[in-house]
Amino acid sequence: MISNLFKNILRFVVLVLLQVLIVKNINLGRYFIFFPYVLFILLLPFNTPKPLTLVLAFVLGLCVDMFYDTQGMHAMACLTMAFVRSSVLELFAPREGYDEQLKPTIAYMGVGWFSSYALILILVHHFVLFYIEAFTFHEFFRTLLRVLGSTLATFSFIYLMQFLFYRQSNNRIS
Amino acid sequence: MRTLLNFLIRNNYYLLFIFLQIMCIILISKNRNLQSTRILNSSNAVAANTFKTIANTREYLALREENQMLAKENASLLNIIRSRSYELIHVASLVQNDTLYKQKYIFNSAKVINNSTNLRSNYLTLNVGSQQGITHDMAIINSEGIVGVVKDVSKNFSSALSILHKDVKVTCMLKKNGFYGPLSWEKDDDYSSATISDMPMHSRIKAGDTIVTSALSSIFPEGIMVGYVKSFERKSGDAFYTVKINLSTNFKKINHVYVIKNVFKNEQDSLELKSQTHDKDDK
Repeated sequence: MISNLFKNILRFVVLVLLQVLIVKNINLGRYFIFFPYVLFILLLPFNTPKPLTLVLAFVLGLCVDMFYDTQGMHAMACLTMAFVRSSVLELFAPREGYDEQLKPTIAYMGVGWFSSYALILILVHHFVLFYIEAFTFHEFFRTLLRVLGSTLATFSFIYLMQFLFYRQSNNRIS
Repeated sequence: MRTLLNFLIRNNYYLLFIFLQIMCIILISKNRNLQSTRILNSSNAVAANTFKTIANTREYLALREENQMLAKENASLLNIIRSRSYELIHVASLVQNDTLYKQKYIFNSAKVINNSTNLRSNYLTLNVGSQQGITHDMAIINSEGIVGVVKDVSKNFSSALSILHKDVKVTCMLKKNGFYGPLSWEKDDDYSSATISDMPMHSRIKAGDTIVTSALSSIFPEGIMVGYVKSFERKSGDAFYTVKINLSTNFKKINHVYVIKNVFKNEQDSLELKSQTHDKDDK
């Protein structure tokens, strides 16, 4: 339990630093922007209390906001994402519920489960973020394109990161 | 009372969500108010010092290009001095204390330690702040052209709106004949282009014309390089041209900049405000 807590704190710090020090400088034009820091919310354990998820997402968003000069925007996007996460988890739950030992990664849950879970949540996050940033519906389709492009970009980044950092485990269920 | 408490406990998850969401909305709406002081921006100590470390590293790696740019700027300054060396001796000694000539602009050099180009609202962070005499609404330029406008200052850092920000408007003019219009960064502009709306039809504009800042902007000095006309068109029903320009500043490579203080800005602004309020009183 303690090591799990420690792991999550470490992941929080590493992902925020990765985002603001390295990924912020990746520049593939205006339609592909990476926000892999949302992986922290995706990888929270299944049994995290729901209110705690909200608070953690809020704090994560504020930390990123501080470096992006977008006071409150990332916080709002992360918060909405964390809120939707609980419903998505219920929707995708296996019949007997989530096992204590399971983690929401590709290694444990399989490519299919993880892809649909991550894509939905990243889409929610980016949708809120980009529309709040634009703050107008005048540029509706341009912003939509940015949402879709960046969702793909972030998802591919997170997908690759999973293969780099998490080894295939034996008790895989899918 | 008990039913209320029960309700609160039962729905604590949703209430927490709504509460945090309201906090976000308050933060965002505060941010949209241009004059507000912000705590959670990149001029705070943690973020600014992190960015400063990275900027130092990056500066070292870009020394060669930086040297070339400085050499170029030196050359152009030398050209100015050589071409009017005789007058300048007099002027330079008179500028400081004379009652007839007063220095209008004060230049401070600064370093950009954080910059973005791919968002809809882009910001810069500079390594100078109120201790170095930086205040709200100062102009930022580099040797290539205009860069941005200072927004918030902390003790040692300041955060600025880049020209690549949807809310920034700068009055610019054609260098050849002085016709002017507001420059803005529209949704279809990328990091190297911008748009001037409301350029008069009789301005005889041509592609390739030089655009500079106009004296009408109380922030930027007159004649700072902005860019070149790329194309212009008249939207149906408009009596004005909408002009697309190529910015002369390379926003992906900003390092050393000058922050410019207009000494007479307060005087000019308060005078204008005074006559405007007088006007209202008359009506």
